Amino acid sequence: MKYTQHNSPIHEALLRHKKNRVVPFDVPGHKGGRGTPELTEFLGADCLKVDVNSMKPLDNLIHPVSVIKAAEELAAEAFGADAAFFMVNGTTAAVQAMIMSTCKARDKIIMPRNVHRSSINALVVCGAIPVYVNPGVNHELGIPLGMAVEDIKTAISQNPDAKAILVNNPTYYGICSNLKEIVALAHQHDIKVLVDEAHGAHFYFGEELPISAMAAGADMAAVSMHKTGGSLTQSSFLVSKNTIDPGYIRQIINLTQTTSASYLLLSSLDLARKNMVLNGKEIVANIISLTEYARQEINKLGGYYAYSKELVNGDTVYDFDRTKLSIYTGNIGLAGIEVYDLLRDEYDIQIEFGDIGNILAIISAGDRAFELERLISALYEIKRLYSKDRVGMFNQEYINPEVILTPQKAFYSDKKSLKLSEAINHISGEFVMCYPPGIPILAPGERITKDIVDYIVYAKEKGSSLTGTKDMKVEHINVVV
Amino acid sequence: MELWYTEHHTEHVNFSLKVKAELFNKQSDFQHVAIVDTYEYGRALILDGCLMVTEKDEFIYHDMIVHVPMATNLAVKKVLVIGAGDGGTVRELTRYPEIERIDMVEIDPMVVSACKEYLPQTACKLEDPRVHIYYEDGLKFIRRKVNQYDLILVDSTDPFGPGEGLFTREFYGNCYNALTEKGILVNQHESTYYDSYVEAMKRAHQRIKETFPIAKVYQAHIPTYPSGHWLFGYASKHFDPITDLDEEGWNALGLKTKYYNTELHKGCFAIPNYVKEQLDENE
Repeated sequence: MKYTQHNSPIHEALLRHKKNRVVPFDVPGHKGGRGTPELTEFLGADCLKVDVNSMKPLDNLIHPVSVIKAAEELAAEAFGADAAFFMVNGTTAAVQAMIMSTCKARDKIIMPRNVHRSSINALVVCGAIPVYVNPGVNHELGIPLGMAVEDIKTAISQNPDAKAILVNNPTYYGICSNLKEIVALAHQHDIKVLVDEAHGAHFYFGEELPISAMAAGADMAAVSMHKTGGSLTQSSFLVSKNTIDPGYIRQIINLTQTTSASYLLLSSLDLARKNMVLNGKEIVANIISLTEYARQEINKLGGYYAYSKELVNGDTVYDFDRTKLSIYTGNIGLAGIEVYDLLRDEYDIQIEFGDIGNILAIISAGDRAFELERLISALYEIKRLYSKDRVGMFNQEYINPEVILTPQKAFYSDKKSLKLSEAINHISGEFVMCYPPGIPILAPGERITKDIVDYIVYAKEKGSSLTGTKDMKVEHINVVV
Repeated sequence: MELWYTEHHTEHVNFSLKVKAELFNKQSDFQHVAIVDTYEYGRALILDGCLMVTEKDEFIYHDMIVHVPMATNLAVKKVLVIGAGDGGTVRELTRYPEIERIDMVEIDPMVVSACKEYLPQTACKLEDPRVHIYYEDGLKFIRRKVNQYDLILVDSTDPFGPGEGLFTREFYGNCYNALTEKGILVNQHESTYYDSYVEAMKRAHQRIKETFPIAKVYQAHIPTYPSGHWLFGYASKHFDPITDLDEEGWNALGLKTKYYNTELHKGCFAIPNYVKEQLDENE
């Protein structure tokens, strides 16, 4: 059968399967929901009926030969890739598969320090060595930016044996590096370009957006379809060019991916891809017009700064994703995390995250104008009722990490637990990060400094949710003995 | 042939009116708008399937949303009305010659044009020179106003759908900001008889109380609304609706009303125990 972008092969196979009324003597044991009635009532019988196991007519994610293969081919075409892989363990698994497909133990990988924890986790697993490039920092906003091309040149000349470079496209805040130039530079040196597009799924479908990884010629990209593409949480795409053997990528994915892939997740990827191919232009245009309106209004309120393309500087901010509504709150004397908490606790508005100086609201196909009005009005009220002097606000700085051990070596070393304040000058054996955004403040193998401890204490005080350490309260930290 | 309009007051309770004719039936950018002529209640405006006003009982709602705050402060000069596309609230306001300006903010132009054509009983005063109509989101409109209105009347639909933003803390805070120092806010406050409305009502009341020093609830009986027992919220920075009631002043105006009188004004703030308990729960 010849499929086109109007098809959704996995979804269509599930519909056929439902119609056939096959008697299930296989897993899952709820058997179409009959075995767990309360769950079925909660999620709906239609949903439970397609929560099935892989079988001949539904193909198998471990080794796709029919409908999953067809769906992956359609996805590859949609993303301008040579191969696409359906991921059911999040973009985390896609990022790890990218790194593990290109790096082995003791291979070097160039990356900005503001990567998501999933990247450094991959280094713990595979033993590759990170070469960090200092991302630029916007001192006014306290946000990490993209990587400067010159810094990458330096990193490459100092580490010509690096196997890969990892790029965020865009960062959580919407900032893009000069991806095309980075690809050209890396490929001259036979270095593979891996792109974390956890926040860039829409780049492939809309207009007036930053360039996508595949269009820029990158070798692989982890595309979080569930974040801005409309599929179910935990579903994601890994896409690649033929510069990397797709059979090998599949083997790497299968090292850690489940053998019981959820058809709910798979079909959601299939349908989200179809929807974005057919309607993505319109969806993205609508999102941009909503976001631009909100930005204008929020900037009129005074005290807030909803930033956009004016940050573009041709290098560390090569481009900006205008669908992101990132807002600097420092000028009303409140940390982003404080505004985040007020919005949720006092105004019943949940936003994506608040860090020390900023908040981020995700605007997507599901948003309506009157809900944005609520957000804008609530921000106005928060300014009126809660704003303070700037005194005592932390000036966020990029803290250049001193990497003593590889993440893997540090993670598996003998460790002891110390109070945070006593851990200064020791080597960290674990991660510390605010979640979200999940960018490590400390990664395993890095020197713990006073600046870092101060930052952690300040973030905790402001109400950030800190994670990563074995100690759930983040009062103690494991250091390498 | 029998034609009936039915509204689901709860999942298990229906309210039906026998219909003579359908006069208007269109989908706007915001909601479904219908006007039908019924045997018992005359013409009725229906938004998204919910009955908003009927010719037979609209006087109760409009008397109560307008005259209660007006009799409390007869010096009101500038009024903001949010919602109220049927025009009934504005009609009652225009009876006060002292009022200099009435701004009406209605999100849906179709409601106004349909009512002008098919519900002249309520829409008759929308052409009054003091009335200025803005077709905008109420939340957006009010955000830009500071210290401008002596009275704000929120004549909204239910707290689900396009009217949702008018039951939020950010909205009440913005109203506080838009009111003069003696300003009064009155809002359509839903009902607490059926469980499905209780949470929304309690939340709205709590939000208003957090924002205004004086916040009360008063009641009216409106036959076509779910349970027939309906509440209004009264909030002010300055005026208490009972001790500041200007009985003589209002009666001297000689306004003829079908439901409201100053005796009823004092009584309507006395609410049943089950409502009191629901309102007190949050305290």
